[in-house]
Amino acid sequence: MTDDAAATRRATIRDALGLGVAVGLYGAAFGAAAVAAGLDAWQACALSLLMFTGASQFALVGVLGAGGGVLAAVGSAVLLGTRNTIYGVRLVPLLRPRGGLRRLGTAHLVIDESTALALAAPDPGNARLAFTVGGGSIFLGWNLTTLLGALGADALTGPWLAALDAVVPAAFLALLWPRLQRSWAEPGAQRRVALGGAVVALALTPVVPAGVQVIAAVAAVALAGGWRR
Amino acid sequence: MSATWVAVLAGCLGCYLLKLAGLSVPAAWVEHPVVRRVVDFVPAALLAALVAVQAATSGSALVVDGRLAGLAVAALALALRAPFVVVLLLAGATGALVHVLA
Repeated sequence: MTDDAAATRRATIRDALGLGVAVGLYGAAFGAAAVAAGLDAWQACALSLLMFTGASQFALVGVLGAGGGVLAAVGSAVLLGTRNTIYGVRLVPLLRPRGGLRRLGTAHLVIDESTALALAAPDPGNARLAFTVGGGSIFLGWNLTTLLGALGADALTGPWLAALDAVVPAAFLALLWPRLQRSWAEPGAQRRVALGGAVVALALTPVVPAGVQVIAAVAAVALAGGWRR
Repeated sequence: MSATWVAVLAGCLGCYLLKLAGLSVPAAWVEHPVVRRVVDFVPAALLAALVAVQAATSGSALVVDGRLAGLAVAALALALRAPFVVVLLLAGATGALVHVLA
């Protein structure tokens, strides 16, 4: 291996590990939010271990915490999970997961961050490295901090609980934010859809069972336009 | 099994199968223009709905409290390109401050 190639690999590994550390606070916020929403620590940890896709996890506990039913909670988590399917399609030519077990393991690590790392890598070899190291370090960091957040949440009272209540909507906003920026494809359409989704959800809140307004907000996708292209 | 466990396990299974499908189904199925368009925009609609519901409702009522103040501070921090960790800390601090003052 040339020095340049070795330096590229080191940079890839460094970026991938850095992201694993960076999601840590999110994991703690998730664990605490899950317990505050009425789940126990086992359920919070099961979600981080088995679902392992942050937006869907936050959605599921958010809907359950708001008093929503099983269908509404699972529905919003699964709808948010559909983007991982698209990521998988984009990753196949880069990662070429061969064999059944390899594919099953690779699938579990397909999330926003690991996909972004793999697609940003300069060649397929570094893409595989970035995906595996990034996905793996995020998995470890996310699960560890979920456990810490879930165990710590019971100790939260008064202003600490109020702080956690304010962190959850901010976490959703932080997930949404990049989609509304100019660097995203069709930011105007994304903003229309987001505004529509928020309006639909708030308008329906007084009249539908808890959680249903979140699923119904999907109708705002129609505002994207461009269906005939 | 409690309803919560059913939701947790069914949600995990659904999300995993969606990930696996991306690696397994022919690309043409998923690359269909309408499918692509729906998947591109579903997160914006759902995440915005969750922002609104988590920040401004309680049960079936619309409410204004520290969460909305925290959200405003978070939006400002995001606009100033603050790291996500800072955004969450500022939102939490704002929510706690409103709770103490109210």
